Amino acid sequence: MAEVLRPLSERAAGARRVPWFIILPLAFLGLWTVAVDMRWVTEGIIPSPMQVARSWYRWVFGAPTRSLSPYSGTWLANVLYSTRRVYEGFGIAAAVGIPLGLFIGWSRFVARLVDPSIQLLRPIPITAWLPFSIAVFGIYDASALFLIGLGAFYPIVVNTTHGVRDTNLLLLRAARMLGAGHATILTKVVFRSALPAIFTGLRLGIGIAWTAVIVAEMIAVKSGLGYVLWDAYYVGRMDICVATMFSVGLLGLASDRAILLASRLCLRWRALEAHA
Amino acid sequence: MTRETGGVIELLDVFKEFAKDGRRVEALQGITLSIERHEFAAVLGPSGCGKSTLLNMVAGFEAPTRGRVLFGGAPVLAPEPRRAVVFQEPALFPWYTVLDNITFGLRARGVPAAEYRATVDRLIDQMGLRGFESHYPAELSGGMKQRVGIARVLVMEPDALLMDEPFGSLDAQTRSLMQELLLSVWERRQQAVLFITHDIEEALLLADTVAIMTARPGRIKKRLIVDLPRPRSLEVTTSPAFNALKREVLALIRDESVKAATERAP
Repeated sequence: MAEVLRPLSERAAGARRVPWFIILPLAFLGLWTVAVDMRWVTEGIIPSPMQVARSWYRWVFGAPTRSLSPYSGTWLANVLYSTRRVYEGFGIAAAVGIPLGLFIGWSRFVARLVDPSIQLLRPIPITAWLPFSIAVFGIYDASALFLIGLGAFYPIVVNTTHGVRDTNLLLLRAARMLGAGHATILTKVVFRSALPAIFTGLRLGIGIAWTAVIVAEMIAVKSGLGYVLWDAYYVGRMDICVATMFSVGLLGLASDRAILLASRLCLRWRALEAHA
Repeated sequence: MTRETGGVIELLDVFKEFAKDGRRVEALQGITLSIERHEFAAVLGPSGCGKSTLLNMVAGFEAPTRGRVLFGGAPVLAPEPRRAVVFQEPALFPWYTVLDNITFGLRARGVPAAEYRATVDRLIDQMGLRGFESHYPAELSGGMKQRVGIARVLVMEPDALLMDEPFGSLDAQTRSLMQELLLSVWERRQQAVLFITHDIEEALLLADTVAIMTARPGRIKKRLIVDLPRPRSLEVTTSPAFNALKREVLALIRDESVKAATERAP
């Protein structure tokens, strides 16, 4: 983030306009095409980029009525299933994680009460919760939401707590001296001061949410990109598997950029500080 | 409980101890100090003599180990806007604009904007902040930040101003400007002021009385009356009376600075 904020010299600005990032993906695509064409990889297992592109196109734009194939025109529906789960789970995680983090960071008592339990549960990988989740919630959305929410919850609560604890003591004293009560200090000082850390937590959380949704859909529910990915693998459609991977990657990137944009808008004062 | 006589700010035989590396360190020893309702009182001392600790106790940020700190005759228990604090670092809220920083205390108390608009407007002019209302603290110079730091407490109409080396981190030029600004602001309402500094000229230019502190443990070595006519401006610093006072303070403080320096050496 810092490199965007630092004033750039003319030359550096010019160099930035060249889309250097495109070089590595193009090289990868080239190597991939050659590897398939030259049969360096087992034939029929690894699809060529063109094959993936064709299947992906059909999966997105194909007419669903004309064919019985599940990979024609069903892309958007699956994307929406997964995206909705990610945002619902992520929303629950943020709605619980941010206030809880504020209280853990703010109150020594709440920290002593809650923090050890969180630290105890945190090392359990999301995948290890799968059987438990299915046993309790069944093969329904609730199971997916539980896994996504739990995965996203940890980074959000931990970063919020750190952000609160980093609040400048002088600002707290200033607020008290100016007659602010606990509620005002918590919302107008502590929360605002912790906001950069909270956004860091949200960015980490949304990343984990996309991981969790694929895992959950592979096993715990019967729709969405994760389900398609696993199903396509079983019927030998590696082209669809790869198209799904790219889809998830792009969706994850888009949601990360969205949070980054929101943080830039909310933290305008911080960009000014970096300039100073 | 409120008494008729005595200062608005009173410290009665105040001791303050800290625990440091498992040992008790005495920061302040038997401080007795009384500041009148319209008195500008400076406390002058070498760094590390506990003068900030003294201010923090009057503010209500810290409690004395022994002794009593009174404000208007009642014990100080917690910070409140009547005892306004101006910190050395301006401690502005970086996420608020200048205007929102100035009105923070009023908004925290639920004062409706219609009630304070005129007062705040006047204060912005008085403090030379016109045109900067929607700037963020990061966009301001050190002097401008400190103007905001003073404005946000003045708007609360405090009975006492507690200033902890407020101009200590400013360059000499800005510092003089701020001293004159403070004098002009203070002349209007003459609140009780507790002004902490290590700058002799600053103390003598601004204050009615100067309490000189010893090196750790901090005690009040002597209290001088600065009998210079008001209103004062920077020119007063060139008068013979000022220089006579300065010589007196220098002699008193030199021993303490030497003591502080040798004590810190291992």
